[in-house]
Amino acid sequence: MKNDWLFAPGHGMCAGCAAPIIVKHILAISGENTIVVNATGCLEVATTEYPRTAWRIPWVHVAFENAAAVASGIEAAMKKQGEKANIICFGGDGGTADIGMQALSGMVERGHNVLYVMYDNEAYMNTGIQRSGATPYGAWTTTSEVGMVNPIGNIRPKKPVAEIMVAHRAAYVATVNIAFLRDFKRKVEKAFSIDGPRFLHAISTCPTGWRSDPSKGIEIIKLATETGLFPLWESEHGEDIKITYKPKFLPIEEYLKTQGRFRHLLKQPEYIERIKEDLKAWWRRHGVEI
Amino acid sequence: MKITRGAVVEEAGNSIENKTGTWRTFKPIIDYTKCIRCMICWEFCPEPSIYKEDGSEKPAPKEALKKLPVPIIDYDYCKGCGICVNECPVKAIDFVKEVK
Repeated sequence: MKNDWLFAPGHGMCAGCAAPIIVKHILAISGENTIVVNATGCLEVATTEYPRTAWRIPWVHVAFENAAAVASGIEAAMKKQGEKANIICFGGDGGTADIGMQALSGMVERGHNVLYVMYDNEAYMNTGIQRSGATPYGAWTTTSEVGMVNPIGNIRPKKPVAEIMVAHRAAYVATVNIAFLRDFKRKVEKAFSIDGPRFLHAISTCPTGWRSDPSKGIEIIKLATETGLFPLWESEHGEDIKITYKPKFLPIEEYLKTQGRFRHLLKQPEYIERIKEDLKAWWRRHGVEI
Repeated sequence: MKITRGAVVEEAGNSIENKTGTWRTFKPIIDYTKCIRCMICWEFCPEPSIYKEDGSEKPAPKEALKKLPVPIIDYDYCKGCGICVNECPVKAIDFVKEVK
């Protein structure tokens, strides 16, 4: 075997998709004693084109809505049998913020010893770029088309799923960005050192849906954090979140202009101002004036 | 093809039978005379189609670097996304049009 990642090449994820980078690093830290439960989504569909799989560890596909419920069951059954393994749930933003939210809420509330990872590309990319609860304000998608009637695109703010998990008093909650590898690895290691329900929110570039250059995938999500739009933080047992990286607070236009889905905003500064106001309000709530 | 009960795939990681290198329109080529062997390309390759190999035989910008492993691109799987080209801190990876 030429490479020893627990995630094999030859899968069908688009060129430049960031999700496999997130997965390979999490599995590298988790190790072979891992069971993955995968909600429906790009990652599930494209990594397991029957009769092949990219996974070198036990893996199960379950429906959009019940990945967290199945992971709960695996954890409970293994506990009963006196066995122990790292149980990881991977879900996209659709499978987590929208369809799987109820099962996830139950898993965290019941206190199952599972790590749930939401790889967030901010829309239903697998089915054709429909908006999800995690699509940001102002983004074009095929169900938030931009035109004369609606010049904004998506008119609703992004659902703060990780903050909802903090409100559940999950054992560990963190936002992670693969472009900040040291912070990313530290948080994943920390997540595996804590017992109980844990949640990681990972931003993930989608060149197809973001209308962006595939080679800029890492650069774009780095800008998401450096502009303050995707803050890096962590929280244990429901305590106030701690910021783990102080951004440079670059102008948000630097991020928006890298992606075709925000192209219409650049000609309409009034809507960019609204994003900036929301951004300032979030950071003010966490003690930072920008 | 044998259809398994419950669509179980019994051979872990058998996606390596799919040679996704055919997707490529641009090809990244590492210039080892510039490569400082930092492995950032290896960290960020989404396939992953970059692996580490003993680097003592490869050219290097400094003799001392030859003790470190080098990144090798596996063109059987590289889809040519160009993330390695963009992230290389010393611009040691060229991106050229694929000729097939």
